Order: sequence, then structure tokens, then C-alpha cells
Amino acid sequence: MKMPLLALLAKEPAHGYELKSQLEQIFGEAYPAPNIGQIYVTLQRLERDGLVRSQDVVQTTRPNKRVYELTDAGREAVVEWVDKASEGPRVHDGFFMKLALSQLAGTSDRLGLINRQRRHYLAQIRSLSLLATAADRRIPRLLIEGAMLHLQADLDWLQRCQEELV
Amino acid sequence: MIGESDQFLLRAAGLTKTFSGDGVIVRAVRGVDLTLQHGEFAAITGPSGSGKSTLLHLLGGLERPTSGEIWLDGERVEGLSQARWAVLRRRRIGFVFQFFNLVSNMTVADNVELAALMGGASRKQAAARRSELLGELGLAAKADTAPARLSGGEQQRVALARAMANRPALLLADEPTGNLDSTATFSVLRLLARAHADGQAILLVTHDSRVASAADRVISLYDGMVADDAPMRAAAPQPAEAREMPLPRVLRLRG
Repeated sequence: MKMPLLALLAKEPAHGYELKSQLEQIFGEAYPAPNIGQIYVTLQRLERDGLVRSQDVVQTTRPNKRVYELTDAGREAVVEWVDKASEGPRVHDGFFMKLALSQLAGTSDRLGLINRQRRHYLAQIRSLSLLATAADRRIPRLLIEGAMLHLQADLDWLQRCQEELV
Repeated sequence: MIGESDQFLLRAAGLTKTFSGDGVIVRAVRGVDLTLQHGEFAAITGPSGSGKSTLLHLLGGLERPTSGEIWLDGERVEGLSQARWAVLRRRRIGFVFQFFNLVSNMTVADNVELAALMGGASRKQAAARRSELLGELGLAAKADTAPARLSGGEQQRVALARAMANRPALLLADEPTGNLDSTATFSVLRLLARAHADGQAILLVTHDSRVASAADRVISLYDGMVADDAPMRAAAPQPAEAREMPLPRVLRLRG
């Protein structure tokens, strides 16, 4: 959550709720509604690390609000983040550990494991297809499509596991 | 026996198919039991060479099984003559071939209308059905074109329109989105969903998991046998509910 918040603050100073609604607006259907508590905790950490600074803005009819802005170090961090290539997705090693070690754990039903995982991925793709139908904006739709392509690759890989291990 | 099977639209028991030639024996289908209810939508997936297409050809009467039984609506059909199978495919089973098999010297419109006419529609009904199907598949402008002038994806959609022309009780489709980009895949899925909602049963072979996940049921074939037969969530949740469903973690922002 850190970098997206810094990136939003690079545009203009904002308070927690503004950041939350901007995230919702940009990522829409593709992004689980961010929790305001999480946002505040993250902002506090960013402030502790010297990447943002904050000040209270006095409001007459409502409680004061705390507005955050980037420090120079924060701005540098954003530039560095944007310029750097991102990590590729890693395999779902949780599942692979189960598959590889299932015999040691006393169950040898690898086909059962693979089948359950396949059903799970297919159900996720089904949910994402429904989300994609509802997503009328480009950014959320692309994010959903990306997730579906990852799941397609996971299914192909599951097939490979079945060929080699079952 | 008949009483037991006729609650199903389609039932296969102990189905096998062995090909032999040049001294090589290939056991493409090795004992498949399968039932399909009226109006059910099922997808068959599996790696290439797992017997998906062969199984579909057996169920559509395009190949004769080496052993096993096939029942269609309570009637034993695996031993029928080719002519009787051809009648079944005109009236009750729509078949979409992986490589289209369109009639090359007829226009797109005539390919689709011919199927409706052979299924017993009047000329007027056939024309109306053709125009509806080509419209839904985004091919209205290609009606007077020869199939050879179409792209692979367009030919594939014409093949689907032809198979659906007389609203068969059972649609068998071999990779109906194999040559399509995502927009065309979406229009095919929409058409299949509508046919399914109208009570048509659909059994399709696909390697595209988006297509498979649209079905009520996914049958995984491996090495000529059923490795898994899994019901998908029956009711499609509304988008508002879908939003609350747990999302795969690729959707969580990193950083």
C-alpha cells in the first residue's frame, strides 16, 4: 500500500479519506475497497520513515483533519519506484509445497490436490469474468484481465504438475 | 435400462475409442462415463492429446466407438447408421467443428440458412434466424461473402451460427473460441449463455479457462479418461455480490 499512497501524494497533498476515495475511483471494481485504518497506519509509517510530513488543518464545524504531503525523500522514492522494473509474479508456492510434500504428510492423493486447486482457480476465473463484465472503465478492466491471464497460466502449470507427478 | 437413462439428454457408458494404423495403436478414449441433463452447460478441458475432440466426435456420431454405449434422450444411438446420425445432427444435435467445415461454394448466409431449412424451418423462418444469429455474432455485414474470404475467427463464428440455426436440444462444440480474440470470444460466450438460458444443453471442448468457467460443470479429461468432473457454482452472482467475493491475490496492490 505504501507506494500507491506516495504516488497519489506526488500529485497533491491530501488527507486519508481523500486518498481512500482516489484509490477507489482509479481501481474501481478491480480493487477491494481499501480500509481507512490501513491507510492511516501506512501514512504514519511513511511519516516515521521521513517520506511524508503532515500538519493539522483546523476546521470550524468538524474535527481537524491531518493533511499529508511528500518530502523530498518521498518524491525521490516515487521516482525510483516508477523507474524500476517490477518483480514478476512468483508461483503459488503454498500449493506447490503441499503437492511436493503430500506424500511425506501421509496423503498421496496428488490428483485430488490438483483437482481441488483447479476447481478453485476456475471458480476465481468465473468471479473475475463477472467483475470484468461489470467493469466499464479501462484501468479496472485491464487489472482484471491481467488477473485472469495469471490464473490461466496457473491452470496450465497445474496441468504440467499433473503430467509429471501423477 | 431405458427408464434409467431417459431422464438424461445424453448418457455415455464405458466409452472407448482405439485408433490403429501403421502398426501403431492409439487408445484415444479409455472408458468414459458421462451424463448430461437437459439444459445443462458443461465444458470438457484437458491437454492436447487427452481425447477431448475424439470424445466429442463419438458423442456427435462422427466417429463410431470401439466399445461402450451412447444414449440420446433415452434412445440407444451408438450403433446407428451414418444416415440416421446425419438426421440426428440435422434435427437435435448442433455440431461446431474445430475446423469449421463450411460449404465453400455457398455464401455465409446460405450456410446458416441451409442448416435451418434442413432442420425443418420455412424459408422465412430460416432467413429470420440467420439474420438474428449473424447479428449477434457481429457478422451481419458478411452475410453475402464466401467463407473463404473470411478470417479464421469469422469462419468459426459462422460455424457456430450454423450449428445453432435450428435451436438443437444439444450443442456440441469443439474449441468454439479457438481462433477468436477476446472481443469475439465475448460475443460467442454471450450467445452461448443466451442459448443456455433458453434451455439448450451445451457440451463444449475448450482449452480456454474463461470459456470453461462459464459452464455449470467442468470435466477434466486426461489420457482418455475423466480426471475430474466438477460442478461450478450454479447461480451466477450479481456483480454487486461478486465485488464482495474474495479476490485472487494478484489483485492486491504490491509495494
